[in-house]
Amino acid sequence: MSASSLVTEELQPSPSPSPPRPVYRLAVVALVLAAAVTAVMIKGALMLRDYNHDGWLATTIGVVLVVLSLYAWVPCARAFVGARERGALLAQGELVPSRRVAARAREEANISMGYAAAGLIVAGLLIFLFANSGGVASTFFAIDPIKQSFHQVIHAFWTNIWVACVSEVLVLLLGLLVAIVRMLPGRAGMPLRMIAIVYCDVFRAIPAIVVIFLIVFGLPLTGVHFFVTMSTTWLGIIALTLTYTAYVSEVYRAGLASIHPSQSAAARSLGLGYVQTLRTVLVPQAVRRVIPPLLNDFISLQKDTALLSTAAIAEALLVSKLWESQLFNLSPVVLVAAFFIIITIPQARFVDYLIDRDAARRAGK
Amino acid sequence: MAFLEIDDVHKSYGHHEVLKGVTLNVERHEVVCLIGASGSGKSTLLRCVNALEEIQQGEIRIEGDTVTGAGVDLNALRRDVGIVFQSYNLFPHMSVLDNVMLAPIRVGGVNRRAALERAERLLESVGMQDKAKSYPDMLSGGQQQRVAIVRALAMQPRVMLLDEITAALDPELVGDVLEIVRELAHGGLTMLLATHEMGFAKEVASQVCFLDAGQILERGSAQQIFEDPQEPRTQQFLSRVVKSGRL
Repeated sequence: MSASSLVTEELQPSPSPSPPRPVYRLAVVALVLAAAVTAVMIKGALMLRDYNHDGWLATTIGVVLVVLSLYAWVPCARAFVGARERGALLAQGELVPSRRVAARAREEANISMGYAAAGLIVAGLLIFLFANSGGVASTFFAIDPIKQSFHQVIHAFWTNIWVACVSEVLVLLLGLLVAIVRMLPGRAGMPLRMIAIVYCDVFRAIPAIVVIFLIVFGLPLTGVHFFVTMSTTWLGIIALTLTYTAYVSEVYRAGLASIHPSQSAAARSLGLGYVQTLRTVLVPQAVRRVIPPLLNDFISLQKDTALLSTAAIAEALLVSKLWESQLFNLSPVVLVAAFFIIITIPQARFVDYLIDRDAARRAGK
Repeated sequence: MAFLEIDDVHKSYGHHEVLKGVTLNVERHEVVCLIGASGSGKSTLLRCVNALEEIQQGEIRIEGDTVTGAGVDLNALRRDVGIVFQSYNLFPHMSVLDNVMLAPIRVGGVNRRAALERAERLLESVGMQDKAKSYPDMLSGGQQQRVAIVRALAMQPRVMLLDEITAALDPELVGDVLEIVRELAHGGLTMLLATHEMGFAKEVASQVCFLDAGQILERGSAQQIFEDPQEPRTQQFLSRVVKSGRL
């Protein structure tokens, strides 16, 4: 009888030694997948070569892809070697080494399957690209239309960048302002709070394309001198700023709300006023926290500059569509897509860098 | 007229009454310890003195001047009344030095050089001069709490409120922090502290108050409260503390 009611006599039964897990079945699956990816990749490479009339570049790329697809065989072979070793060790009664070998061999089989699965996706895309004698490739990636339109499209893309940059600066400032107004305390702040809430609700509800249409076409029609003389590009900036300030103010608000009330209490207890507390303690911390979601919204904003094409502003999409209708080929539009990709990816990496740097500095590295 | 007078203070959150008429006088240079179970209202009382919580009834006076109710310059009050929290609450985006210098520069109107000099001197006196450029997340709890004490002291408050400042610390770090409080007590700083460190309370307190359910149930010298408590609730609380090995 145990001295304490917390400890029972009936303990768990001792486990019997677990046998090594099986390997062969997994290795065979890996082998089948490796064979499949090689076959499909060879098919894709042949289509690539045929489409480019045996051009040396296409042939080289095809060969490289096929060679890369062969890599799945290497861990697969290791898995089979491991499977044999497992059996031999088990026969000798070496249970623990056999378990270890089996675990490693299964891992190798998994690696092989991982490579094969990725290779199948690449090979599948390749086949899609050159299906129907290269119908996909010539619709989206035709070289000549891209060459012809490149100069004008990249020139027009500067308008997208300009609109995005100006809007982003405005959104950054106004969004914070709206967020702070929404958090004004007390009855005195109530009327302004209400206006900020109505603004956010309204402009998050209206589709950006509708705001652009109404602002860019509508404001000059009002006959108000200031808007009549304004360029359509600036009207577009106003429209995007109105839409995105509503979103970004919500991001800021979430950031401010995420700062623990004890920070505010600490600042106030030192005698800092409401505005000083906001400026020196809450906003700096909130801004650091919201940088990633803020960038998300900015990428959205950059992409939505393409919506200005509906308002006859000569940005990249509008210009590329003119080329598309002239050449009956979509490749200039794909070029615009490529430009957006090129400007977006570095920003994402830059923000990752900022976040890492901030974390490292705080941790003292 | 006592230096700090807490007069029949009531505080509720909604229908839940946390303080049910607390009256307490603190003389200048006195160290008053508040003891009692969690939820007895110790922290709330301290936060009321600093006006971080609004009170519903009663009055708090510092040198005869009422500091509760409408029309009080809270920022001026808080310059006089420093508070240190259980969870340190340092500003994580500022270096140790900036944490200490923020209020003197922004609130006290001290110029940067004078604030820097004072901050460095204070940090040195708590053995934190080497960490002046560090950020709070790089410091141990004990180090953070020492910085938090210095941050409050940098405003040269006339009274300090310490809200269970060692409760979140590892046992071996408690001593360093208490040593600083001991020094402040010997230096004559008026302090009101909520604490679970009974041994320490016994040592520094000129007055010990036992709070129970939002009221001061028993008060007296440390010797009287710890060695000869009159109220059954106080006796019960202290016997539990002894059982848990903390006295």
